[in-house]
Amino acid sequence: MASTRIVLAGFGGQGILFAGKLIAYAGLIEDREVSWLPSYGPEMRGGTANCSVTVATEPIGSPLVLDPNVLVAMNQPSLDKFVDTVVPGGFIIADSTMVPNIPDAASLANPGITVYAIPATELAEKNDLKGLANIILAGKLWECTHFCERETLSAALAKCVPPRKQHLLEPNERALQLGIES
Amino acid sequence: MIEKDLTARAENVPVIPARSEEIIELAEGEKIVKTRPHALLPVVTNYCPGCPHGIMNRLVAEVLDELDIEGKTIGVAPVGCSVMSYDFFGCDMVEAAHGRSPAVATGIKRVHPDKVVFAYQGDGDLASIGMAETVHAATRGEKITIIFINNAIYGMTGGQMAPTSLPNQVTQTSPYGRDVHTAGFPVRICELLSTLDGVAYAERVCVDSPKSIRNAKRALKKAFECQIEGIGYSIIEVVSTCPTNWGMTPQKAFEWMRENMLPYYPLGVYRDVKADGFQDIYGAAAKRAEGCPIAQPPAANEGSK
Amino acid sequence: MATNKVLMKGNEALAEAALRAGCRFFFGYPITPQTELAAYMSKRLPKEGGTYLQAESEVAAINMVYGAAAAGARAMTSSSSPGISLKGEGVSYIAGADLPCVIINVQRGGPGLGSIQPSQSDYWQATRALGHGDFFMPVFAPSTVQEMANCVYDAFNVADKYRTPVMILADGMLGQMMEPVVMPEPIDPATLPEKPWATCGHGGERFHNVANSLYLVASKLEEKNVERFKRYEIIKATEQRAETFLCEDAEIVLVAFGASARIAHSAVVTAREKGIRAGLVRPITLWPFPVDTLATTFDTARAYLSVEMNMGQMVDDVRLAVNGRAPVEFFGRTGGIIPTPAEVLAQIERIAAEKGLGGCCCTCKNSDEA
Repeated sequence: MASTRIVLAGFGGQGILFAGKLIAYAGLIEDREVSWLPSYGPEMRGGTANCSVTVATEPIGSPLVLDPNVLVAMNQPSLDKFVDTVVPGGFIIADSTMVPNIPDAASLANPGITVYAIPATELAEKNDLKGLANIILAGKLWECTHFCERETLSAALAKCVPPRKQHLLEPNERALQLGIES
Repeated sequence: MIEKDLTARAENVPVIPARSEEIIELAEGEKIVKTRPHALLPVVTNYCPGCPHGIMNRLVAEVLDELDIEGKTIGVAPVGCSVMSYDFFGCDMVEAAHGRSPAVATGIKRVHPDKVVFAYQGDGDLASIGMAETVHAATRGEKITIIFINNAIYGMTGGQMAPTSLPNQVTQTSPYGRDVHTAGFPVRICELLSTLDGVAYAERVCVDSPKSIRNAKRALKKAFECQIEGIGYSIIEVVSTCPTNWGMTPQKAFEWMRENMLPYYPLGVYRDVKADGFQDIYGAAAKRAEGCPIAQPPAANEGSK
Repeated sequence: MATNKVLMKGNEALAEAALRAGCRFFFGYPITPQTELAAYMSKRLPKEGGTYLQAESEVAAINMVYGAAAAGARAMTSSSSPGISLKGEGVSYIAGADLPCVIINVQRGGPGLGSIQPSQSDYWQATRALGHGDFFMPVFAPSTVQEMANCVYDAFNVADKYRTPVMILADGMLGQMMEPVVMPEPIDPATLPEKPWATCGHGGERFHNVANSLYLVASKLEEKNVERFKRYEIIKATEQRAETFLCEDAEIVLVAFGASARIAHSAVVTAREKGIRAGLVRPITLWPFPVDTLATTFDTARAYLSVEMNMGQMVDDVRLAVNGRAPVEFFGRTGGIIPTPAEVLAQIERIAAEKGLGGCCCTCKNSDEA
């Protein structure tokens, strides 16, 4: 894919913006064109949060992704809101613990879309990775798109986890791998 | 150099040809007991005859001279009758927008914390349009000195009702007298500001007699010293007159002031943290907030953490 | 990856670049979507020996900038549209007193409380009349996070050089988005040129300095304003900045700045793929408006299209510059909506069809495989 255009959406506090940042950093490390744009405003306080991430080879025009080739949805309203924007041949990755109604690929307006229902929140809890469903889904996203090298993803994680929280690096890395394998 | 620059300035302000002491011929036995302060430039002011602004400008200049701080002082001129005072004071001057002097003074002082910064404001400027700036500079404890001339009227625009106009006082915009039911009550600035922790020194004075002028100068000097010593924000409120807009002779205006303004705006010291036994506003504020652990200085807090 | 390349929000890049440009005095007030800028300054400035002060209002903040600028420091404030309106008074006084400072507007939709979404609807305010009186101020309009960082340096330099307030006109999208950025080399404020006019205490060494915008003698004020406008002529002649994209043979020339220029850029790329000779002029300074760059397109341009995130403001300046040589059209979205490349492309195609330019069956260079 020359340009990977991603929408990540969910509730505030699920780590949507962080997962987006991780992807953007991976792009940066590989010296690609990168943009990250959050939704901002009152919806940050407990409402829905989403962000647009683009990783491309050409300079990026609008950082606002209106035609994603990957949608990561962590709640039902987010899935419903963005499901019809995913381009033909794209991917929808939904946290099935949080999103009860995940449509079949066949029922979607656009053709050739692959839909993954990953019980990320449940997986996280079972594996002592509470709060890392976002990273599990980011792992799955990488597995679908291979938008960067695998090592780059780990390097990006190391960049995104602040120095004083380095003890969180190991669980994050485990969550990433769990997502890739799910 | 000063004389040369003043000539260039003559278009704006009439210049007194030379310093008075140089043109007076002393007869035998005579001596000069008082001269124009150095910090007051030899220019003709724009104040009306009998206006106390002239006295106050001079007192500020005398204090700058006596503390020898003209060279390290930056003054802020307001909008109002003393708007042109940037041409009268010999120290560096900044002219502020109406009411904004405390904010401008804050900007200057933060850049030059080792310099002395004062703002000279009237009642419309300080207590009406600039009330937010006044209150917040005070509560921040900015190390600045405010000279507040309260003459209960907007002078420069021709005598309109001010935030400090007295109940029932007739002005151009309260032609039937200030009706407290519609126009509300006057603001007592010293009383108001003395509730704020940032205020180190607040005193109300007047300049209607040689004695009160000497007292005003003492207060003014104390306010500047308070700034220089880093104790906190200081304000001197001067209960003043406006013979022109009050429609009275200067003497009659002082009488009216003594009779009506002083009972409403009593003279005296409203806050003096040093006299209260504190080193500065921080000690006084911590004491006032004694029961509040988070409000205590970090050192006092350490034990509890 | 260049080791010094980092991912940063536009708002943070503006703040970090200001620090590196020698700004140690920031006076702000919270407002979305510029808040990260103030927050960044509050974190960093105390560690750099500077002052971050959260003012009681936008009005106070700009007047603190006035004081700090008069005192000789590189000073800055930032806000978003409604807050910038409040700063208008102070900016007029700063311009009238010939003081340098930088004001950042991370625009949101208006009028009134408007929205908090990105907008470019303060173009007129920035380029025409932020405050009362006869004055202009240079306005920079970056369109990437990297350019946001770079233009802070330009803004402070232009401000000091011409003793004028300078505005950086960003928007909520640029302020909130993250992009890779390489920060410019830091400047030590101590090495900046001296300001002999500063009101910092004369120390008995010189006559007093006065920062002032009041001139009661009419002829004196006229003289002052005429002198200032002579400076503006120099700024117009030397400080215009713009970038062109595929303009050499462009028949349809888009004009767009900031965030909308990014979208216009994408639309031009697609239009070219469809065989339409489209190009883009991207003003980087909005005042002075880059008329000289626009003039380089006069030979080939058959139509102009101003793309903005407002109801049509810069289009006036494009019309003035084009001066009837070709029709000037406008496309914009407002209220906080970001136009899409497809919408802009549709406008280009419409104009091409109306003018019989490229993209039709006879000249089609298209294509899908491109």
